[in-house]
Amino acid sequence: MQHKRNPQLNKNGELIHLLSTEGLSKQLLTHILDTAENFVSVSDREVKKVPLLRGKSVFNLFFENSTRTRTTFEIAAKRLSADVINLDIARSSTSKGESLLDTIANLSAMAADIFVVRHSESGAPYLIAQNTAPHVHVVNAGDGRHAHPTQGLLDMYTIRRYKGDFSNLCVAVVGDVLHSRVARSDIHALTTLGCAEVRVVGPKTLVPADMAQMGVRVFNNFDEGIKDCDVVIMLRLQNERMNGALLPSSQEYFKGFGLTPQKLALAKPDAIVMHPGPINRGVEIDSAVVDGPQSVILPQVTFGIAVRMAVMSIVAGNDA
Amino acid sequence: MNILIKNGRVIDPAASLDKVCDVYIQGEKVIAIGSTVKDFKVDKLIEAKGFVVAPGLVDLMARLKEPGYEHEGMLESELNACIQGGVTSLVCPPDTDPVLDEPGLVDMLKFRAQKMNLSRVHPLGALTKGLHGEALTEMFELTQSGCIGFAQAEVTISNTQVLQRALQYAATYGYCVWLRPLDYYLGQGVAASGPLATRLGLSGVSVAAETIALNTIFALMRSTGAKVHLCRISSAAGVALVAQAKAEGLPLSCDVSINSLHLIDQDIGYFDSRARLTPPLRQQADRAALRQGLASGVIDALVSDHNPVEGDLKALPFAQAEPGATGVELLLSLALKWGAEQKLSLIDTLRVVTSAPAKLLRSTPSLNAAPSVRAPADIIEQGTVGFGELKVGGVADICIFDPESNWMVQPSQLRSQGKFTPFDFDLTGTAMPGQVKATLVGGNLVYSKDL
Repeated sequence: MQHKRNPQLNKNGELIHLLSTEGLSKQLLTHILDTAENFVSVSDREVKKVPLLRGKSVFNLFFENSTRTRTTFEIAAKRLSADVINLDIARSSTSKGESLLDTIANLSAMAADIFVVRHSESGAPYLIAQNTAPHVHVVNAGDGRHAHPTQGLLDMYTIRRYKGDFSNLCVAVVGDVLHSRVARSDIHALTTLGCAEVRVVGPKTLVPADMAQMGVRVFNNFDEGIKDCDVVIMLRLQNERMNGALLPSSQEYFKGFGLTPQKLALAKPDAIVMHPGPINRGVEIDSAVVDGPQSVILPQVTFGIAVRMAVMSIVAGNDA
Repeated sequence: MNILIKNGRVIDPAASLDKVCDVYIQGEKVIAIGSTVKDFKVDKLIEAKGFVVAPGLVDLMARLKEPGYEHEGMLESELNACIQGGVTSLVCPPDTDPVLDEPGLVDMLKFRAQKMNLSRVHPLGALTKGLHGEALTEMFELTQSGCIGFAQAEVTISNTQVLQRALQYAATYGYCVWLRPLDYYLGQGVAASGPLATRLGLSGVSVAAETIALNTIFALMRSTGAKVHLCRISSAAGVALVAQAKAEGLPLSCDVSINSLHLIDQDIGYFDSRARLTPPLRQQADRAALRQGLASGVIDALVSDHNPVEGDLKALPFAQAEPGATGVELLLSLALKWGAEQKLSLIDTLRVVTSAPAKLLRSTPSLNAAPSVRAPADIIEQGTVGFGELKVGGVADICIFDPESNWMVQPSQLRSQGKFTPFDFDLTGTAMPGQVKATLVGGNLVYSKDL
């Protein structure tokens, strides 16, 4: 019955907010990755700045704590010459009882141009995007289990950089897919970009069978799931998963689904290993793999800045 | 007052009546249908040519937010919404603030509702004190104050032994227990399990949450002999289990909400909190089974599941938003829409919002009751003989509507203080069939529009 337009796009189909990788066309995703390509070299310059967002204000609104993502957004905004304001919302206004939308209204009134939002509830950035002033652009920096689109895009950038074309790739996403916003953003981006096979791998409590509805193959056996893959994306296992009867222990999880050099040998010899971080060494991934030759975990972080520069410069250039 | 409703298409599902004729009302009662009354002095003439004259609607689930929101005049606004929707009798659940678990609270609610002289209010008492699922309420005393059954509203009893004892105790007096079938632990999610919940990263409520609870309830009904009304069934598997249990002969009735009858999880769209509902919207196959079940009679009644939620509680991320939607003003239109889509006659369409729910309320037996003691059925029938029907000698609770007129659901047009509905024109882009032109309660013209 719903007949609403995708709130990420204006009526010309241009990106005005980045809320999810779902519902974006292949051309649009490719355009973001191509734009990021141009920004990668900025980091190598002596003056690491371009003036694209000069005079604009980027507000980092982190309703949920994060260091890495917030920092990379801050660096990206500064390299675009924007003014960056970090708000530790978890410890300020909302804890004094102000509602989410009142906080947003107040910050819009401070002439913000871009809100970078992280929130523990799935869908919160949609609520913000639909209730903010028309000149404000919202970039989702992670909402609940739903989406982490800049992480998804930087993963796509990394894969494209090392593997080229998506059309003959097999990518395995391993671990706590059920609770992972990164996994969802990766899956939507990969399927849109024409990836030949996307697999999700993990125990049935973390990778239930109905995950197949997202257009992926479900594997509950690690050896089968990783076999002959070109790319292995390991997900972080959060300690709270041991509560609530999802897993017995991190030791048992590592035995079943931890990525060791022996397991990695089942993938293609030139397979790359990715991880959105922060890493739990010895829980989901062995140190030898993290620091090994197939790991591209640190380059991912570097590319993340370029991808976030690309996203912010693109949304800021399009009018609602 | 003498009222003559002329030239309307009179439909009474209870008597399978559908013909164009006149209806004569004297005082509280209908005194003639289709025949003329000699020397009838008409005080008020209602010209109903082209309109349907039907029994007033009976809604088995409408929240009035009283006690708790007296200061905001909720009872008045919500009862006004009811009559604008043609609803003349309604059942309200006990999840008020405070909870309806003491006779005094029920007395007060009934007194205040009666004084307004709008729709008839039939409260459900709390099955357990404070709805905490631990101690039983004084069901007998609550019944004497006017409760027509006992419910846990949205609060599931996690302790099966308490549920068993509550059913045993209710069965002692023949009281009906109204339960929404939901397993306590599996029912904690915010959207139906399925592709949409998976995609949006929302915690899911599986179909098993409903079927496990149904199987538990049925087993306890067999051992206790309790009579149960199932509130707002939501899944195809649930409908199948209810059909089996009815075939087995369990004293069971069942309803479905306007939301589950028309919408599916996809209508959540981009986290639209207007579609944050309990039970959560399920998938297409479930909706099809619910529509079929309501047509075949496995599901007895259609309810509005009216819940006026204030704006601040909906302007939140999906999972945090308060579940519920306004609905009492949409009940008739959504019944008509369902009937038209199922290719049902108007008699069969209107049955699920008139005679069927009325029959269900009436059939509450009184087992151990002494003559001086009131049983729920007596309370319901008191002064309202024939409600939910249109019969000579019966009470004149009537809804007159224009079946050809469409309207757009817009918050500003709704009389309820609840403005949020997934059927908002802004969301659906489609108009609603059927507009109420007049509502009579006990022979009083309490609402009319452009007559």
